[in-house]
Amino acid sequence: MKRITTLCVLLLLQFMVVKKAFSDDGEVKDCFETLNRVTFAFNMGLDKVIFKPVSKGYRKLPSPIRTGTSNALNNLSNLITVPNNILQGDFRSAANNSARFLINSTLGIVGIFDPANSFGFEKGEKEDFGQTLGVMGVGEGCYLVLPVLGPSTVRDTVGSLISMNGGDVWYNVTVRDDEEYVKEFKESDYWVSRATGGVDFRAKNLEAFDSIEKNSVDLYATVRSLYLQDRKKKIDNSTGKTEAMDDGDWDTLENQ
Amino acid sequence: MKFIRNIFVLVFFYFFLINYSWSQSASEFISSVTNEASNILSSKLTDVEKIEQLKKIGENAVDIDGVGLYTLGKYRKTLTDNQKKHYKELYRRYFLKSFSGRLVGYSDAKIAVLSEEIKNEKYTIVYTKLIGTTDRPEVKIDWRVYTKDPENLLIRDLIIEGLSLARAQKEEFNSIIINNGNNIDALLESLNKFLEN
Repeated sequence: MKRITTLCVLLLLQFMVVKKAFSDDGEVKDCFETLNRVTFAFNMGLDKVIFKPVSKGYRKLPSPIRTGTSNALNNLSNLITVPNNILQGDFRSAANNSARFLINSTLGIVGIFDPANSFGFEKGEKEDFGQTLGVMGVGEGCYLVLPVLGPSTVRDTVGSLISMNGGDVWYNVTVRDDEEYVKEFKESDYWVSRATGGVDFRAKNLEAFDSIEKNSVDLYATVRSLYLQDRKKKIDNSTGKTEAMDDGDWDTLENQ
Repeated sequence: MKFIRNIFVLVFFYFFLINYSWSQSASEFISSVTNEASNILSSKLTDVEKIEQLKKIGENAVDIDGVGLYTLGKYRKTLTDNQKKHYKELYRRYFLKSFSGRLVGYSDAKIAVLSEEIKNEKYTIVYTKLIGTTDRPEVKIDWRVYTKDPENLLIRDLIIEGLSLARAQKEEFNSIIINNGNNIDALLESLNKFLEN
């Protein structure tokens, strides 16, 4: 009951923030920009000292080890994706991802290999509670930069809180220690998987990040734009055709 | 008779060539540009030489003035003629430095053209993918090609995995202007600083 009350309060706060979070041109407002920029600088420092060097080291591991790690982490992410597929009414993807999870966790040895793909269950897009709220019509709210975790919005932060309050099975069996179902996992397993996920992502994007960092005149604003575009794309599930920008935006240029 | 036949053949080839240049599709254009860039990147030239060659590609294949004005967003309407001239000049230098700097690190870039979608008479989107390597995943890259002049196709935007670089730059530039009391000179100063580094 307490959990539900917390969620209701958070959602109420979210709606209050969302109402005031859009600028006149429909873009997400950066209501806490000063604080966000400080947090961003802190995160960049952390990246320089920890994440980037560790990711460079990770990149030196043999390719099969990196692929296996990436596969296992992807497999684990199905535990959040499947409930969100269902909440979004996408039962086909829910069935596909459930089958993938079952096959890869067993035949694929805790997800290190991806035999499900050979059986015709192709890898789909990841989903989370922030995306589900977006699909349900909840606006982004203000843009936020979280310490260590990086870019987010009020809505996506609420999504993460839902994960930590029962929405993520992996979090439940590790950190929340729901022993009635599984006893084998420890809290450290969750944090190790999150940290490894971060390093794996960073390692895959070393050159891209360097390039953005080197060629931006305002790196903070570039990262904010890319994050918000990415979230919008994921919520719209626009993976195929380019919908990143409509022609209207360019047509205003033609008319001048 | 032979003379007439030769004239006929010449006229035929003339029209054939003209027609070919008119009908170069956006896909062919992107394929040609990316192949040229890929050859430069995989060559044994020094980085400085590569950057110079890449800049030439950027000059010829990208609508730098158009993208520059687009990235100003609503502020382009407020520019004086002098500011516009100064901005275009700075932006061109900024773009070419940034464009070549971003690409020069990729020595093994291979791009495959997948398909194209004609949006209207002015724009065609060309869908491509950057072939993955053991260190880098496959990346989808869509190109917004400005086709208003079919004889002079130009790139206006790159959409990497659904993220528009022109839009990101527009928001970046707008952020600088807004945070400096809507003063466009602050952006010009930032571009100058970037060029000095």
